[in-house]
Amino acid sequence: MNAADGIVFEDVSKFYGNVLGVNRVQLSIPPGITTLVGPNGSGKTTLMNLMTGLVQPSRGSVRVLGIPPSDPERLFAVAGYCTQFDAFPRGLTGYDFIYLYLRLHAMNHLRAAELTARALERVTMTAAAGHRIASYSKGMRQRIKLAQAIAHQPSVLVLDEPLNGLDPMARAEAIALFRTLAGEGLHVIISSHILHEVDQISDQVVMLSNGYVVAEGQIQAVRGEMHQEHPLQILVRCSQPSLLAASLFAQDGVAEVRMHHDRGGLLVGTRDPERFYELLGKMVLEGAIHLESVAPADEDVNSVYEYLIGGGGGAA
Amino acid sequence: MSPGVRLWWAQILAIVRLELKKNFSFRRAVPLYLLAALPPAIFVGHAIGYARGWTSCHGTEDLTVFAGVFQLFVLRLVVFFGCVVIFLNLFRGEVVQKSLHYYFLAPVRREVLVVGKYLSGVLTASCIFGASVAISYFVLCRHLAATPSAGLAGPALQHLGTYTGVTVLACAGYGALFLLLGMLFRNPIVPAVVVLVWESLIVFFPSLLKKISIIFYLESLCPVRVPFEGPWALFAITANPTPAYVAVPGLLLLALVIVSVAAVRIRRMEISYGTE
Repeated sequence: MNAADGIVFEDVSKFYGNVLGVNRVQLSIPPGITTLVGPNGSGKTTLMNLMTGLVQPSRGSVRVLGIPPSDPERLFAVAGYCTQFDAFPRGLTGYDFIYLYLRLHAMNHLRAAELTARALERVTMTAAAGHRIASYSKGMRQRIKLAQAIAHQPSVLVLDEPLNGLDPMARAEAIALFRTLAGEGLHVIISSHILHEVDQISDQVVMLSNGYVVAEGQIQAVRGEMHQEHPLQILVRCSQPSLLAASLFAQDGVAEVRMHHDRGGLLVGTRDPERFYELLGKMVLEGAIHLESVAPADEDVNSVYEYLIGGGGGAA
Repeated sequence: MSPGVRLWWAQILAIVRLELKKNFSFRRAVPLYLLAALPPAIFVGHAIGYARGWTSCHGTEDLTVFAGVFQLFVLRLVVFFGCVVIFLNLFRGEVVQKSLHYYFLAPVRREVLVVGKYLSGVLTASCIFGASVAISYFVLCRHLAATPSAGLAGPALQHLGTYTGVTVLACAGYGALFLLLGMLFRNPIVPAVVVLVWESLIVFFPSLLKKISIIFYLESLCPVRVPFEGPWALFAITANPTPAYVAVPGLLLLALVIVSVAAVRIRRMEISYGTE
């Protein structure tokens, strides 16, 4: 990937006095939806603040589409950031909040008004735009912040916990919006601690723990690198699970075989999934078993998070 | 005008527009309106008192009284505290409210942001306190003369212009100072009180120290000199007023230097509300 096409961290560290924010981050974020995952204090917000210039690195450099964050005139023409701060300038309506900040882009009234209307429509806030933000619910405040971040049609959208405070319907709409924006070629960087939603929306993940990046990439690829330490769990539902279990025990790459609690299938742990799938295919072709379904049981963000971070996962 | 300068100018206008909307929003401006209402209230009270026979009127001596009220009350307290409220809010207030990042996330150079915010503060303070001084003087003249036109004729009109101009200069000078203090200190009220004490005691300082103040230059520009009377007058040190051709550009230059320091300072500013 060309450095001018992505978001690049080169050996970036950030210390707040003696407190570590992030350390030695080496990252390259391509277009699509990238989710930053990690427990509180792991460095997710620090990474986002570094790429938008709200904080400056103690060491290393950051480039967003080739632009340093110290150049706000160029950076924020192409980037938008919806922070986690639930605070707004006093006395403004939702419309003012978007329109007046768009005027900072030196847009004329007509263009700013047009983009404001479009952004409000995208987050379904048109009806409430004339009311003061102080009267908004938490969900409405979240949506008006999102509208403000996307109003100038950025190429890079950074969203810090954007689903917080949204009801299920609004969450679904927001996720659909993120997908649409990513489909339009945007870099969408999201931090979230709601792992099943991360699974739904991410093209790639960056996992952080104690200020270090512990894993990055597509979740299947990350999981694939952990097979030796944490064998891949595969749930196989078939007509004769005990026969399958007996065959599997003889295989080298199979680490464990457990009967599923409903006794309708097996939970197989393997360090060599390809060989396992080959064997399974062979047994099916021989007519030894009748297969109902095969699916990885721990190839999701939640499981990878558990293995890397949840179990006291240390720094890389 | 080059495209870069045109862009900055458009952005400064956008910042001023946004800030004026915030500054004049009703709740936020109420303390300022109340503060600005005090000087006219004094002269309205004096006029009512005279009309009802409660107070006496010494004709043109009231102009000296006005000069005293202007220098000792309006400049040192009303404009001073008004500028504290307006200019400390520009950055420190936004940090406390956790809303400064919206500006930092706009495609605006931080130096341009400082200039835009400063100008919006000067405009707000000048409108509110300039109007307060003008109304006060108008009330006084209305009280002194039979008709408003007669009251505002000749030197009175000139004095009105001078007092209003000095008020605007005070807003520019104190405003720049409090803008910078709001960036340098987490609790800028303490240094603001130090400035207030310094500006109040300046009358007792030798002439060299008097020049390290804003009030000395502002008083030099006032059309009527106020004699310092009472037991404390024994300790007062008089100094020749600075001529207007030095005081006005000097104050503007001082404001420019302070705003420039603020512009340099803001380049290193980080958003970390959690530590505030």
